[in-house]
Amino acid sequence: MNMMSEAAVEKALDQKMNAVPFKMIGKDVSVYYGEKRALFDVNLNVRENTVTALIGPSGCGKSTFLRTLNRMNDTIDNCRVMGKITLDEDDIYDPSIDVVELRARVGMVFQKPNPFPKSIYENVSYGPKIHGLARSKADFDQIVEQSLQKAGLWNEVKDRLHEPGTGLSGGQQQRLCIARAVAVSPEVILMDEPCSALDPIATAKVEELIHELRTNFTIVIVTHSMQQAARVSQRTAMFHLGNLVEENDTDKMFTNPDDQRTQDYIMGRFG
Amino acid sequence: MSTHIVSVYDEDLKYLTRRISEMGGLAEQMVAESVRALVNADLALAQKVISDDTILDEAERQIGEKAIVTIAKRQPMAADLREIMGSIRIAADLERVGDLGKNTAKRVIAVSSASLPRQLARGLEHLAELALMQLKEVLDVYASRSPEKANSIRERDNEIDAIYTSLFRELLTYMMEDPRNITPCTHLLFCAKNIERIGDHATNIAETIYYMATGAQPVGERPKDDTANTVGAFGK
Repeated sequence: MNMMSEAAVEKALDQKMNAVPFKMIGKDVSVYYGEKRALFDVNLNVRENTVTALIGPSGCGKSTFLRTLNRMNDTIDNCRVMGKITLDEDDIYDPSIDVVELRARVGMVFQKPNPFPKSIYENVSYGPKIHGLARSKADFDQIVEQSLQKAGLWNEVKDRLHEPGTGLSGGQQQRLCIARAVAVSPEVILMDEPCSALDPIATAKVEELIHELRTNFTIVIVTHSMQQAARVSQRTAMFHLGNLVEENDTDKMFTNPDDQRTQDYIMGRFG
Repeated sequence: MSTHIVSVYDEDLKYLTRRISEMGGLAEQMVAESVRALVNADLALAQKVISDDTILDEAERQIGEKAIVTIAKRQPMAADLREIMGSIRIAADLERVGDLGKNTAKRVIAVSSASLPRQLARGLEHLAELALMQLKEVLDVYASRSPEKANSIRERDNEIDAIYTSLFRELLTYMMEDPRNITPCTHLLFCAKNIERIGDHATNIAETIYYMATGAQPVGERPKDDTANTVGAFGK
């Protein structure tokens, strides 16, 4: 019978995706919190100008993996990272790497909007200032406006740039945090459940933003919402008990995943 | 397959499966009765088939509504999504099968006034037997969700096509013999075409089941032996 074999379908999908170069490569990544092993030899690559969604049940290691990508785990005392992660060609765990510079290249947006207790303007200009990306007031003005534009917030805040960022609504605060991340012109933006504290309208705005940001940035997003992963990403990786179970084209992942555990998880079944 | 964490979700899906099976049973019955009514010139039976069609139409609407509500409420993924989309498609195919049975039943009056050669009726009955067998098997496959069996049904549709083509030739011969045969034979031709179409719908359903089970579309041309569309051309 001439049914197109699954292997053939996969090959076609892979060929399409294979044309996109890798921005970050994770090789045999394992993470330990003290004695407890949280990640088991994860091999996951992040493609350039692509939104990669990390999904999986709580405690599966998806946030842990995300945090290895800009060495956020360094801030946790007993955390050890094994394996190799590269950004372009650079090993980000190499001792010669400046972590502050790394985090400027790989920015992060957190679950709960966490603007600095400063004005909207200062929230956005802070990063460029400490990284010395601008000197004159005009330069800062331009960066602030452009970043807020990119975060889709400019029109809502342009008349009150010097009011506190904490006075904005939750959704606006989250977009302010995205503007803050964008302001230092990162190459990769990591998002750890960026919409879980937002209402559906604010969520839609952030999702629209993710879609637009993809042209300029590489995005990795952790989300508990399967629908969100399906909507915003092009590649999806499924984690379970610290293992990478499956990484696939998002369209395939949500219509016909290869792994039974992925299948059960996205369909809300228990195996 | 494992059950959903939200158990009412399973109920929603079971409802769809159950209604599809019911529709299948009724569609089968309508087709069988329409052919029996035709062969025996049984007007009362024909009338029953015609009125049964409304039940099938209603069932299709209900399945469609349930599917829409389930999609809206549960945001189904992967196999669940294919299951629901498949239900909509299969319900539409079965509804068409019912329509074809109804159309055959409507022609009983016109055909019954003429005396039919016994041989012709037997030809039609044979065609209907094959189509019904096809339909019955595809409904069994729906219950088992076996992609292999779905495939084998898809491959067998050409038997029906071949018989339909020979029936077509036979009807032409009768019409040429005696112009008074033209009216009943034209009706019979439509009836034969109806039955042949049922085979096509059974094949559609088989393809849908294949997709539901595997997530892949069957590719390649369906085997076709329906050459009736060229009978009479090129001096054949």
